[in-house]
Amino acid sequence: MEKTINKEQIRKPENLVYRRTPLLVDVPLSYCPGCGHGTAHRMIMEVIEEMGIQQDTIGIAPVGCSVLAYDFLDIDMQQAAHGRAPALATAIKRLWPDKFVFTYQGDGDLAAIGTAETIHACNRGEHFTMIFVNNGIYGMTGGQMAPTTLPHMRSSTSPYGRDVEIMGFPLKMTELITHLPGTYYVTRQSVHTPANVRKTKKAIRKAFENQKLKKGISFVEIVSNCNSGWKMNAVQANKWMEENMFPFYPLGDLKVDGQIVEKK
Amino acid sequence: MGELRLMKGNEAIAEAAIRAGCDGYFGYPITPQSEILEYLMAEKPYEKTGMVVLQAESEVASINMVYGGAGAGKMVMTTSSSPGVSLMQEGISYIAGAELPALLVNINRGGPGLGTIQPSQADYWQSTKGGGHGDYHLLVLAPASVQEMSDFVKLGFDLAFKYRNPVIIHSDGAIGQMMEKVVLFDPIPRRTDDEIKKQCPWATVGKTPDRKRSIITSLELDPGKQEQVNLRLQAKYRKMEAEEVRYEEIACDDAEYIFVAFGTSARICQKSIELARAKGYKVGLFRPITLYPFPVNPLRELSTKIKGILVVEMNAGQMIEDVKLAVSCSLKVEHYGRFGGIIPTPEEVTENLISKVIGG
Amino acid sequence: MAKVVGDIAVNIERCKGCEVCVGVCPQQVIGMSVEVNGKGYHYAGPVNDKCTGCENCALVCPDGCITVYRMKVEVEQ
Ligand SMILES: Cc1ncc(C[n+]2csc(CCOP(=O)(O)OP(=O)(O)O)c2C)c(N)n1
Repeated sequence: MEKTINKEQIRKPENLVYRRTPLLVDVPLSYCPGCGHGTAHRMIMEVIEEMGIQQDTIGIAPVGCSVLAYDFLDIDMQQAAHGRAPALATAIKRLWPDKFVFTYQGDGDLAAIGTAETIHACNRGEHFTMIFVNNGIYGMTGGQMAPTTLPHMRSSTSPYGRDVEIMGFPLKMTELITHLPGTYYVTRQSVHTPANVRKTKKAIRKAFENQKLKKGISFVEIVSNCNSGWKMNAVQANKWMEENMFPFYPLGDLKVDGQIVEKK
Repeated sequence: MGELRLMKGNEAIAEAAIRAGCDGYFGYPITPQSEILEYLMAEKPYEKTGMVVLQAESEVASINMVYGGAGAGKMVMTTSSSPGVSLMQEGISYIAGAELPALLVNINRGGPGLGTIQPSQADYWQSTKGGGHGDYHLLVLAPASVQEMSDFVKLGFDLAFKYRNPVIIHSDGAIGQMMEKVVLFDPIPRRTDDEIKKQCPWATVGKTPDRKRSIITSLELDPGKQEQVNLRLQAKYRKMEAEEVRYEEIACDDAEYIFVAFGTSARICQKSIELARAKGYKVGLFRPITLYPFPVNPLRELSTKIKGILVVEMNAGQMIEDVKLAVSCSLKVEHYGRFGGIIPTPEEVTENLISKVIGG
Repeated sequence: MAKVVGDIAVNIERCKGCEVCVGVCPQQVIGMSVEVNGKGYHYAGPVNDKCTGCENCALVCPDGCITVYRMKVEVEQ
């Protein structure tokens, strides 16, 4: 005979196995329902919590949907001008070399207006961590085409789909910076399934641990959804992402410990 | 007494930065100020004082490096010349909006556009009226000698930290390139990490359990709160206007006419005074040292004792607007300017005083 | 024999009803409410007792609304 166990018996502190990390400020996130930014934030803060480095971490928020990241992450933070997060981080890391410094940017921020700062920070081999949330669109300004928008993908400035003849090709920034000598760890992950969330957290952990080695940039791309911009619900958006984004932006490590991962 | 040296104005800025205990310099080459970065790279202060020196990929990057470093409580600076400073304007606006201390230097060259590499004062409006977007002011220092290039680096950092506001040294290619003797101030050690944390409790240096997190931002989505930010900035500017005005009067005691000029123009005017006095005209010079806050009251006071003003600038007439406002158009105010990289001669300045103001 | 039982607590007011958690639950424990929260969202919650406390739902929840509990119980046969 099975004993019936009531909820009060289970919901005891000693049985707690997962809770929102207290390093996330206890306020509602400003993101749309289902948006990957929230999960990405949580993984960063879980890593900071587990490494015990809240006192030694400085984060840089971008311009984009995550502009208000400093309202959510309970660490010292600066908000950069659009695209310039790597410039701020360069200075902060050089001036406070023993702090953990990271940037958090969307694809418009990192791969369009901030292309120069991204490439040069990576090429100089700065010793900070870059988190790159690629949702293939400009979320904050209302779903315009981004440098990462897929061919034929619709956006408010490519309403008939991205015509590469006219609008140019999507930019694989992560592949590009993999080949720069200043990057030490480059990986592409996602946060839409439990397994992927776990992998992303591992990647972020490695990217932060790498800062101790002072061997260059650790770069974590998170391919993510933008259900509002893509005009789908969150579940559909995650499916669409798997079917359309991942073939173009395949998940996995591109460079580990300074060595490019050869694709079979 | 400090050390006496013969130096270029640009070199004096670089040497003064090291001596002032600067933590970081971020810059991009552009004539006529590249000697600053060159001097720093040759001196290698990172091996001596620990000062970071970095050649950035652009002026956009360098000003945003300054923004980051300043937000982290460090004493940081950048230098450039006109086109480069134009490129920096968004970042400068962020620094002013986030209320951070930083030292900027503009060694003006002639414009617009790529213009010329020769000296100019055509960025007066850009420096004094804001330059970037939004309602803000830089505190603007206008050196007229290599000595002041050095002295104003230290003064600039002091004022930047006092007001948590960017300070710009507004100079030109002539003062940047000329060699003069300069008495260098004694080196001041860089602040320790603990001193920085104490002096800048607002800085991003890592959140400790005893305080709320430090957030450096210029964003406030609530218009009511953004208005409060603006009001706070305006109050700060009023305080600067009350407390930080600096100027120099030369031969003004018996003057009936004066030049108003800053920087290189002011040096030319000193010779013009001699030429005019030799002709029997009682002429003096009023030299604003802070272009913002503009020395409104001292100039107004002086204007009650004289008959006319010639504003001499290496531009088409920018500071003249501030001069006219200061004297409330109560007397004759004329302008003489050369532009495009031309420095006026003392003779033509004197002639213009006589024809436009005295005789006219 | 030991068995693992679990439970989830959803922060109802923070839930935005995105439903991402629903599909990742191997036990089909989660359903959406008929009523709405203060923000007007149908919120997630357990609809049966099959939860094993695997954390899947909490991991993918973008708003971090889900707290997970898990305990081992001895089952007599
Ligand atoms: C200099 C400048 N140009 C343009 C903008 C307007 N702008 C704000 S956010 C944004 C796009 C952000 O897109 P992305 O980086 O992809 O981030 P997401 O919002 O999708 O997370 C733009 C163009 C700005 N704030 N500043």
